[in-house]
Amino acid sequence: MGEGGRTAVGVRAYWLIAGMWIRSTLAYRVSFALTALGGLVVTGLDFVAILLMFAQVDALGGYTLPEVAFLYGLSATSFGLADLLIGSAERLGRRVRDGSLDTLLVRPAPVLAQAAADRFALRRVGRVTQGALVLGYALVALDVGWTPVKVLLLPVMLVGGAGIFGAVFVAGAAFQFVAQDASEAQAAFTYGGQTLLQYPPTVFGKELVRGVTFMVPLAFVNWVPAAHVLGRPQPLGLPGWAAFVSPLVAVACCALAGLAWRAGLRSYRSTGS
Amino acid sequence: MGAFIELDRVEKVFDVRKRTGFLKREVRRVRAVDSISFTVARGEMVGYIGPNGAGKSTTIKMLTGILTPSGGRLRVAGIDPSRERMRLAHRIGVVFGQRTTLWWDLPLIDSYRLMHRMYRIPDARYRENLDRLVELLGLGALLDVPVRQLSLGQRMRGDIAAALLHDPEVLYLDEPTIGLDVVSKARVREFLRELNAERGTTVLLTTHDLQDIEQLCSRVMVIDHGRLVYDGALAGLHEAGGGERTLVVDLARELPPIEAGPTARVVKVDGPRQWLAFPASESAAPLVARIAAEYPLVDLSVREPDIEAVIAKMLSSMGDASVPAPGRETVVPGAQSS
Repeated sequence: MGEGGRTAVGVRAYWLIAGMWIRSTLAYRVSFALTALGGLVVTGLDFVAILLMFAQVDALGGYTLPEVAFLYGLSATSFGLADLLIGSAERLGRRVRDGSLDTLLVRPAPVLAQAAADRFALRRVGRVTQGALVLGYALVALDVGWTPVKVLLLPVMLVGGAGIFGAVFVAGAAFQFVAQDASEAQAAFTYGGQTLLQYPPTVFGKELVRGVTFMVPLAFVNWVPAAHVLGRPQPLGLPGWAAFVSPLVAVACCALAGLAWRAGLRSYRSTGS
Repeated sequence: MGAFIELDRVEKVFDVRKRTGFLKREVRRVRAVDSISFTVARGEMVGYIGPNGAGKSTTIKMLTGILTPSGGRLRVAGIDPSRERMRLAHRIGVVFGQRTTLWWDLPLIDSYRLMHRMYRIPDARYRENLDRLVELLGLGALLDVPVRQLSLGQRMRGDIAAALLHDPEVLYLDEPTIGLDVVSKARVREFLRELNAERGTTVLLTTHDLQDIEQLCSRVMVIDHGRLVYDGALAGLHEAGGGERTLVVDLARELPPIEAGPTARVVKVDGPRQWLAFPASESAAPLVARIAAEYPLVDLSVREPDIEAVIAKMLSSMGDASVPAPGRETVVPGAQSS
């Protein structure tokens, strides 16, 4: 089977399994409604914290409220998308520990697709919704001269950002083949990274920004491309064109994560643990 | 017809790391499967038994493509399982006795619909197979019940049906009767017999229940310490092992140990109850007849030897020569790491 055929089989299996989980969730409608509502309230409070901060100050690291809301909306939406679609892969360590990963390996579908669809949680749509609302507010409130390029950059940022976060999820899952209890460390990069990106790069130390740009290139989710939209200088004095490479960064990250996944799965299949 | 499952000197070596100090670790190289060779013809029904940790599961995992062998050659239906795991998946069915693959919160039929689509089973064949399996396994009334409400026996039958919807040529069963009551066990066994007889499905099962083997398998393979130590009929296993069954006799009153011929001996006396050991290859009937004729017999029961006991006896009777060399677990020199 070619790589393309494999991907098609994987995508199909993904939606079949995700559909089963959605139906399982709907077997407990009230519980689903309550957790979805609770999730929306909790993530909503997240942005309220930023609003409270702006009640005391006019700018955060030189960024106005609409600008911070723009960064927040981009980060939360793209993270939410990645979390919704592939975040379940972080449960992999548990499956390795209790041996239930074996049941995925006897199915005629790629393990990654099955692991990503595992416990597909529709309630995660709440995070995407909240991020999109904040982003919507930012787009209305921003005082920016919109050019066609800037408008086009918006969907590119969201998709690229989701790709970068997705790659981090997959790489973290791959690491769990080796260290089954690594999901905490992974959360630092995913949930932690998402929170970090909600604030302007100017409030953080240079070392941290450098790490988030070159080591784990989360800066390409929003900081770097948003700098172009907001008409601000690039962090770390990056060239202007850096604002447009997010999709390439995302593709590179996904390729690396894919290799890491393969290596992880190969090591599992040769050690059985 | 050639061999359907083929193993030629298949090995599986694990490096197990063990902490021996604060930072020191010792790496032990464990041969979970040590140069095993066997073939299974299409339509055979084989029991694969051995003590815990003997390498049974590891073998099954290599046969299903979950694990990659460290050495040797392995083919199932002409496919190298670890290289073409997904292609193989269409041709094999797997039931893990202690792990259901059914969807907990959904009606049983939903799990089958998923199999239908995931395995791309043609509609007509799916319906035909489903109808047949539902009838043979008595699942008719259960299809609309959420899996979490099924009993263990019902769930096992449900799992077996799920593994067979795509018409696999071989069915692997890992402890298919574990935890089931007598009626459920009988039902599962009867179904497997029919499946094998009518569809010619090759069946390979691991079990701790000697009755599974007695009632189903014409052939037994015993694995111990990663090596195949026996491959043949069950009766032969009893002979090789010198296995003994136990006759538990309740007499009307306390009596001195029963004298019941040359091959049976009393191993325990507790008030009016006595335990007699006799060779497993021998029939219990003449022994029972003799005791009934000479003693005030109230009740009796026959206990089968468990697999561990048979294997342990067999291994000790084979003597030191064939007991696995102590080199199976070796400390890799210089492999201490921090």
